[in-house]
Amino acid sequence: MKLLEAQNITMQFGGLKAVDQLSFHIQQGELMGLIGPNGAGKTTVFNMLTGVYRPTLGEVVFDGKTITGLKPYQISRLGVTRTFQNIRLFKDLSVLQNVLVASNQHLSYGMAAPVLKTKGFLSQEKEAQEKALQLLSIFGLEKKAQDEASSLPYGEQRKLEIIRALATEPKLICLDEPAAGMNHQETHHLMETIAKIRKDFKLTVLLIEHDMKLVMGICERIVVLDHGCKIEEGTPRQVQSSAKVIEAYLGTDAELQGGSV
Amino acid sequence: MKPLLVFAGLWLCGFAVDFSFDAFIQLILIYIMINMMLAMSLNLVNGYTGQFSLGHAGFMAVGAYTSGFLSTMLPPMAGGLQIFSYFFYAISGGLAAALAGWLVGLPSLRLKGDYLAIVTLGFGEIIRVILLNTQAVGGARGMYGILGPTDWDLGGFVVSKFVIGYTHALFWVVLCFLTIWRLIRSSHGRAFLSVREDEVAAEAMGVNTTQAKVRAFVLSSFFAGVAGSIFAHYANYLNPGSFAFMRSIDAVIMVVLGGMGSLSGSLLAAVFITVLPEALRPLKDLTGVDLRMVIYSLSLILLMILRPKGLFGSNEITDFIRRKSSAQKVKA
Amino acid sequence: MEDFVQHIINGVSLGSIYALIALGYTMVYGILQLINFAHSDVYMMGAFASYYTAMFLGRDNQPGVGTLVILLVASMVACSLLGLVIERFCYRPLRKAPKLNILITAIGVSLFLEYFAQVVFGADPKVFPSVLNDTVLAEMNGVQLKSSDVTVLAVTVIMMLILNFVIYKTMLGKAMRATSTNMSVASLMGVNTDKIIAFTFIVGSSLAGVGSVLVGMKYPKIDPLMGMLIGLKAFVAAVLGGIGNIAGAVLGGLLMGVSEEMVVGYLSSTYRDAFAFGILIVILIFRPSGLLGKNSVEKV
Repeated sequence: MKLLEAQNITMQFGGLKAVDQLSFHIQQGELMGLIGPNGAGKTTVFNMLTGVYRPTLGEVVFDGKTITGLKPYQISRLGVTRTFQNIRLFKDLSVLQNVLVASNQHLSYGMAAPVLKTKGFLSQEKEAQEKALQLLSIFGLEKKAQDEASSLPYGEQRKLEIIRALATEPKLICLDEPAAGMNHQETHHLMETIAKIRKDFKLTVLLIEHDMKLVMGICERIVVLDHGCKIEEGTPRQVQSSAKVIEAYLGTDAELQGGSV
Repeated sequence: MKPLLVFAGLWLCGFAVDFSFDAFIQLILIYIMINMMLAMSLNLVNGYTGQFSLGHAGFMAVGAYTSGFLSTMLPPMAGGLQIFSYFFYAISGGLAAALAGWLVGLPSLRLKGDYLAIVTLGFGEIIRVILLNTQAVGGARGMYGILGPTDWDLGGFVVSKFVIGYTHALFWVVLCFLTIWRLIRSSHGRAFLSVREDEVAAEAMGVNTTQAKVRAFVLSSFFAGVAGSIFAHYANYLNPGSFAFMRSIDAVIMVVLGGMGSLSGSLLAAVFITVLPEALRPLKDLTGVDLRMVIYSLSLILLMILRPKGLFGSNEITDFIRRKSSAQKVKA
Repeated sequence: MEDFVQHIINGVSLGSIYALIALGYTMVYGILQLINFAHSDVYMMGAFASYYTAMFLGRDNQPGVGTLVILLVASMVACSLLGLVIERFCYRPLRKAPKLNILITAIGVSLFLEYFAQVVFGADPKVFPSVLNDTVLAEMNGVQLKSSDVTVLAVTVIMMLILNFVIYKTMLGKAMRATSTNMSVASLMGVNTDKIIAFTFIVGSSLAGVGSVLVGMKYPKIDPLMGMLIGLKAFVAAVLGGIGNIAGAVLGGLLMGVSEEMVVGYLSSTYRDAFAFGILIVILIFRPSGLLGKNSVEKV
């Protein structure tokens, strides 16, 4: 079944159309890639799906519910989570606190409970902490739980962003260039991690990436964007051999040979 | 259990103070406690939630005037019952201030950084100007005759008015500290901190950032109002001039000096800020020139340039003790 | 009708002064994203600099263009120097610090200047030397056009023209615009951003200095706290026009001046000052970018 559907979404900033009448859908359980040259509008699409921007036109439907115009925190609570292109961790908070923030939405005590240290508060906190530590240990970060998030090396910070997103207990996770700044080894490890979390957490994954090895390696279906429009959609093989895609990334034959268009 | 012990311990100290020190020192102590509440409550908004509020004095004013006004309307209580009446006035002042906080916060908290600072400054001044022009609360002349605590004659033993007032103020200081301390170590506190760290990321992780900001603001205003109430019953006279911009600045200075995000820092800073003008008084008498404010403002500039994190940064005094003891363990 | 025209004249005169001071706020905000709380106190110091210069030169009762020029120069020089010193020693060390710190420092500088002035100059108001003989240049149906108003307008216009020339027709101005758009890139392009920032402070402070002489001319009582109220109104003017926007500061200043006169004339003079706060709150809630400002969307 279609977990997420973008229906003719358009994003207009003043005179600039960053995304133009884009339609696509993601099936539940799918691992989909969103690629395109720089400036194609990929992160803008993420922002539209997660409520950071309200689409100028069109609708976004998630799990049967129209989520266009909802606030980001509301969309998060419905099961859509994301990571950021430029890591946005809570720098001065500890690794554990970063994860715990994301699990806030599953805690139900009011403001008086922590002050009075009620049983409900204590048990919910304990559970939340255990879950968070468990998540951290899956990725090997449990020893660094009390460290400041900004003290982690880059690769682990990227991991933490993913862990944090997982703590919201999402149905759909949108990863924005998770392999940015990684070498081959790290990228390979990331591919395994993404595959693993999809399986273990029963997730649907939408991925923006520039690293073609990663994209072609794990994505089941790919949507290609250029200048805000969808120019191709299909399996990795179909996309790789599509003339339109090649032209978008590399330019036409004439351009390649240095001639005028 | 622990907070009760702390409260009891500090409370008993009150008797010692009552016995050993004169009325002037006693009054300073009460003012220290009022400033402690102002600093802690503002720290919740500025330090923990990262919202820059410059209008704290306005909420203190609302609490003070509400409390003072009610006490002129209602019959005064005497003896042991009076402490209940002061609680009532304090809660009323706090709630009125919380309401003001909600009204100011809702439109303002969408704004960022500098803009929020200016709007809260503006609202603080507007509250003052409204009070200045409201004849029912005395307008420019001020409100006179606000009753303060009185001695409680138990027959052989007299519970001094200081002890009564001190008990009341102590209760609120401890409650304020406890509330903020425990709240920070909960999901709500984490929400505040996440708003400070990165609002966009916080929203993406499901935190209702607007709600978090408003909550911090309203809670902070409540305690500022209570502080105002205590102030009213000690000063016995209210004038809108007491709640001008300088008062808000004092609160900000205390928060920054103590460390944004450090409750124990706020407590210490409150002591320092309350005592400093008095400590500098001999200098004024000596040189005939009131250099206190000049020194005060110069210190502020130097503090920001040289030690912007303040005394404790975002740590609590317990963090230092813990570190020291674990360092000693390593040495052994 | 006559009243209306008179109010307009008074309002434009007042608004020109607001504009001069507002420019200082807006230029510093444009380049450093700092609300320079100390600006209104630099303005105040300019007035005192002129006052003491006039005293020193024995010109406290010789109105004329010569006096005007001397006072303007004295004030502008004093304000520029003060602005430079403040920038160099109080704001520059905090360039990389969180915005809150520099804001508090600005408040500290403002307080310091006010209290310093009270200690050194005395808190009592002083009488500003007479600058020009105030004559009525034209009168029609009870509407008076005074020479002081014309002088204010003339000086303001001259300053604006010079400023416009510098900002839009010189390399220096281009560098200023570049730095205020994107400081790090400007510095990569070879702009000495420290010098540009210093220059911005010089320009902004000088204009405030001009304003203080003009105010001293119209309302001859000066005191250490004279900057507070007018600083607030000029700041509101800057925000109204769109803080960071130079044309906005001028527009905002004029609007504030004229509307303040209207409020005093047709409503009540007790609301004169509260009016500024009211405008501030309204703009910040409904249109924080101001009339000429742009709404910038944060890139996520």
